Amino acid sequence: MTALDASSAVNSNSSKTKDSKDLVGEFTVWITTTDHNRIGRLFLRGGFVWLISVIGVGAVLGVERIDSGSYLFPADSIVQFFSFFRTGLVLGVLAPLFIGVSIAIVPLQIGARAISFARMSLCGFYLWMIGSVVVMVSIIDNGGPFGGNKQMVDTYLMGVGLVLAGLLAAAISVATTVIGARSPGLVISEIPVFSWSALVGAVGLILTLPIHLGSVIYAAVDHHYGRLAFGGNYGIDKWIGGAFGQPQTFIFVIPVLGVLAEIVAANGPMRHVIRTGGFVGVGILSTALFGVVTRTQHLFEWSGSLSDKITSAIPYAMFSVLPILGVFIALAVSLFALKTNSPRLNAPLVPALLGVGMVFTGMLGYAVQMIAPADLTGTVFEEGVFVYIGYGAVLVAIGAIAHWSIELRGRSVPDGVVVSLGVAGFMATVLASLPYYIVGFANQPANSVTDFKYGGPQALWYVLVTAGHVLMAVVVLGFSVIILRPQQLTTMSTS
Amino acid sequence: MTAVTIAPPRPAAKHQIFVASAAVGGAAFMLIFGMLSIWLRFRDAAPLRASSNGTKMIRDWLPADIAIPEVATNTILITLVMTCVIAQWAVYATRRADSSHAYLALAIVAALGIAAINAQVAVYVQMGIGIGDGAYQTLFYAITGTMMAFLVSGVVFSLVALFRALAGRLTDRQVMSAHALYWYVLTAAFSAMWFIVYVQK
Repeated sequence: MTALDASSAVNSNSSKTKDSKDLVGEFTVWITTTDHNRIGRLFLRGGFVWLISVIGVGAVLGVERIDSGSYLFPADSIVQFFSFFRTGLVLGVLAPLFIGVSIAIVPLQIGARAISFARMSLCGFYLWMIGSVVVMVSIIDNGGPFGGNKQMVDTYLMGVGLVLAGLLAAAISVATTVIGARSPGLVISEIPVFSWSALVGAVGLILTLPIHLGSVIYAAVDHHYGRLAFGGNYGIDKWIGGAFGQPQTFIFVIPVLGVLAEIVAANGPMRHVIRTGGFVGVGILSTALFGVVTRTQHLFEWSGSLSDKITSAIPYAMFSVLPILGVFIALAVSLFALKTNSPRLNAPLVPALLGVGMVFTGMLGYAVQMIAPADLTGTVFEEGVFVYIGYGAVLVAIGAIAHWSIELRGRSVPDGVVVSLGVAGFMATVLASLPYYIVGFANQPANSVTDFKYGGPQALWYVLVTAGHVLMAVVVLGFSVIILRPQQLTTMSTS
Repeated sequence: MTAVTIAPPRPAAKHQIFVASAAVGGAAFMLIFGMLSIWLRFRDAAPLRASSNGTKMIRDWLPADIAIPEVATNTILITLVMTCVIAQWAVYATRRADSSHAYLALAIVAALGIAAINAQVAVYVQMGIGIGDGAYQTLFYAITGTMMAFLVSGVVFSLVALFRALAGRLTDRQVMSAHALYWYVLTAAFSAMWFIVYVQK
């Protein structure tokens, strides 16, 4: 018995030591990995952590607006909530989710041995992660746009700079892989449509993120030294807000069209048509680049002579409508293929299709917002556009992870779960954003929670918005639990 | 009958380093041009004032007590143009497996890069302005400082390429081509900045 106890104790100790060694070893493998799958999954996990916190803040803002006469949180911290929501949803969620999927999947699709410059890609993840933490902490400690803590505002700007640099490094890695690491004989025009969308999206980021980085450098230098040129903490949103708004979000979500086309093509025939639609759609959506690079938003003015209207309509159509046409083409071709072939139901299709629909609705909203007589600029309508695009893209990311689950994790996600979460996510997105569209027409100002009353059921709308965010939190947490669930190993009996 | 298995062909090299350098160069180019666009926006927003000889109205952007040391700034531009030529010489020498000329060219590129940085520091010293003295000064230091950071990265690239060559990896031509491309991009970006910041002011 004693011997048995001693043996048991030894076994227990050695088991603990082995476990801790395994844990340390596994941790070391993850933080020094050059495996594209692991790097992609690191981005995905980081994006989901951000997503949970962003949804929480979205729900808080919804609650704050239910009663416009009182505050749950200090009035001067509300602006920080808005800035956390915007920064987080774009740089913390949209960008890493699609860069993560691209890093993990693109090398497999094009027959590359690995992602090009894997260490640069991993370095990009670390820069993004450290920058994200810095941004989060600085906003919580009264930094960020309109923040009252000078040091934390400086820290926020440094964090945003790190995040942009990290995303840039990862985007360069993805673009280099598609251009320079394809298997012999595979020409660009023959690569899978998701890889095409990843390439276009990465090139879009390489061309647009430095523009924002330049603004961040100016704003940081100005804020630290004199606050003479860029308006100090009050000017930050004006100068670097473009990184978190439209049309920059259009560039971040370019890969959603590739995801949709891949999933629809996996359903049955007409692959050539779907592929062509995807290629064309991605190409046209990338014209959003012009709006970002020129830092311009062109309102359509319905005034003056016919010549004035045409003069106003041309840049409006080029900058605000043309990118939407790309999404429309990809969506229409996908729906046509599904209708024509009456395919079997593929579970990831549900969140992907509904998600692209939501992104399309958000982009349409942006086009409406840019019509001057509608008078929607500066209202909560903008927030509706933002949430539609953000949450829609999250749904597509869920569809992508489910679709490539075997490649990413070595096991599939149950179809029923994916369909249920897709439908619930769709309802959550509509609830969290449609009320903004409605109240936007009543001219409720954006980025404010009080001093607004109108004749409609204002409280009801914001109860729905809050419910939408809560439902989205349930969807994301549910999906995370399914994804992170440990694999059930089957053991063989040796008796 | 014996089955003959043929090893799969090695993937063809598709200039990954060159492509990545082009992407980094493109990003650097967009960063400087984005900053220049904000510079132009500020300059255009400045009020008008009469020029020192009273013959025309000019934008009151460059403070009257600040003089741009044009000799030093022109020297930087000429130095960078020379850098491009020498970097291309390194590519040429590598193609001909002429190691001594390749070493020499890379060392000269690094030295010219350091000279350009030195000239930029001389510009700062001669101008004698503080970063927080005004809007112009803040923007000036932000954009020229960013450009100088890129020049430092170019020098590091040259030294890395030189050490690789010295270590016997001279046959790796795409590194030399990527190195030359990076200096072309830096020179183009600096040329734009030189024209807008130092010439047009």
